[in-house]
Amino acid sequence: MRWRVALVQMQCFQCIASLFCSQLWDPMAPIISVRDLQKTYSGGFEALKSVSLEIEEGEVFALLGPNGAGKTTLISTICGLIIPTSGSISIGGFDTQADFRAARRLVGLVPQEMPTAPFEVVKDQLKFSRGLFGLPRNDALVEQILKDLTLWDKKDSPIMALSGGMKRRLLVAKALAHEPKVLFLDEPTAGVDVELRHDMWRVVEGLKEKGVTIILTTHYIEEAEEMADRVGVINKGEIILVENKDALMRQLGRKQLTLDLAEPLNEIPEPLLTHGLSLEDEGRRLVYIYDTQGERTGIASLISALSDAGIRFQDLHTTQSSLEDIFVDLVKVKS
Amino acid sequence: MNYHAIKAIYYFEMARTVRTIMQSIVSPVISTVLYFVVFGAAIGSRISEVDGISYGAFIVPGLIMLSLMTQSLSNASFGIYFPQFTGTIFEILSAPVSFLEITIAFVGAAATKAVLVGVIIFITASFFVPLEVQHPVWMVTFFLLTAITFALLGFIIGIWADNFEKLQFVPLLVVTPLAFLGGSFYSINMLPPFWQNVTLLNPVVYLISGFRWSFYGQADVSLGLSLTMTLVFLTACLAIIWWIFKTGYKLKA
Repeated sequence: MRWRVALVQMQCFQCIASLFCSQLWDPMAPIISVRDLQKTYSGGFEALKSVSLEIEEGEVFALLGPNGAGKTTLISTICGLIIPTSGSISIGGFDTQADFRAARRLVGLVPQEMPTAPFEVVKDQLKFSRGLFGLPRNDALVEQILKDLTLWDKKDSPIMALSGGMKRRLLVAKALAHEPKVLFLDEPTAGVDVELRHDMWRVVEGLKEKGVTIILTTHYIEEAEEMADRVGVINKGEIILVENKDALMRQLGRKQLTLDLAEPLNEIPEPLLTHGLSLEDEGRRLVYIYDTQGERTGIASLISALSDAGIRFQDLHTTQSSLEDIFVDLVKVKS
Repeated sequence: MNYHAIKAIYYFEMARTVRTIMQSIVSPVISTVLYFVVFGAAIGSRISEVDGISYGAFIVPGLIMLSLMTQSLSNASFGIYFPQFTGTIFEILSAPVSFLEITIAFVGAAATKAVLVGVIIFITASFFVPLEVQHPVWMVTFFLLTAITFALLGFIIGIWADNFEKLQFVPLLVVTPLAFLGGSFYSINMLPPFWQNVTLLNPVVYLISGFRWSFYGQADVSLGLSLTMTLVFLTACLAIIWWIFKTGYKLKA
């Protein structure tokens, strides 16, 4: 009986230890703080040029950037896979160099490629991940994670028997097996089908509800649009923008009204010139761009002006500029 | 110390041995039995005693050492190379595990396997020739030191190698010749004086000599020298591994 009590005490110790740490650490402080991080590879390539970034606890942060922008280098450096040239990183208040154990214990990483040990069995791999992060065996948790990720019926399969989508979920399961506070998802839905992508979004949502901080890199903009609270854009090793996603969409979001005309026009009639219209598709379409944040969109007055001028239209539709347009503009402008 | 991590990696490696039992345990035993049949029985019966020991018994320490060295080397090199090849090493490198713990786990598992093979060969040999061990404590010491040292060397090779050819290169072209020419099958006193001196440059000579001394009390070089050379070799391997993790050589960009 006594040793059982001791065991429970030991398990409690971890909880108390983490409580203690969180007390030491200001809860308002960012969970990840990157300062002046620089990485120059041995070949001379400067992958990160003095990057500074703060991630708040519990948020979903999407890191966007074109290929080769430095997304993976940044993530890998935070996770300890790459030695930074200069700068500092702290996770949960622990420096990743000086206090690497405490810092890394908080982090789970799902890498972009799907590195798996082909001959290993699914269930054992989760136990292995827990062990690596210094945690005792917990079969109930492993079972729960595998069920959440719909891998439970594959628990005794060798990894080589899994499909690509299952391997991806296995990597997420492995990262979750050691109960991270911060989860890095590097291109979590690269090359997976639509259904699986939505599954992954659902998983991320569930994790967010549990209070896990998530940093994901992607170049599927819709993914960031769907999941992120904040968006950071990295290009050529520099963070060129960090912004609340909704604010970003609002700031830069514009809508476009397109009118398909009943009869083509040669030019915009005089009374309509003040509305800032443009004529497209050989005079068959009128395009009006307006700001959704403006006090007045100007649509009502445009419609009445059109009717006054006797211009009839067959159809109309509006489109909103997506994060993708914003992103492309940003990367183009800044470079 | 992250004991859970050491245990996790160690079990992971040992599980691999169980899965590949034919390759890990059975094949070295079979090849050693073949050595016995060929060198011990067929050729050995025509060779007179070496240093007062029957030839069949004389080669036993050398044969055990040969397997111990090749097994610990290949197990450790493959053990650390394969995760690099598949990319799964990322998890170990991003975990709260120090280089010492990684080394203990991988090298410990490789050495355990080699020791298992060595013990099995020892038992097998006892069916062929009468064996005596005059200094069992020294025997175990040399046995373990050799297994650990060569597992450390294998670990270095596994990190250094970036393809399967390199992984095979050192064991095949360096260690096997050194082991064969290190007095596994002969006493270096049987060589012409010039070659006796050249042989002393071979580190394996000291391992085999010390190990054979623990069996029969006969050695090519003194016990102290054997032990010193083994420890020098061990320290050198540890220093290289320390440097690898310090600089991230081949492991971290």
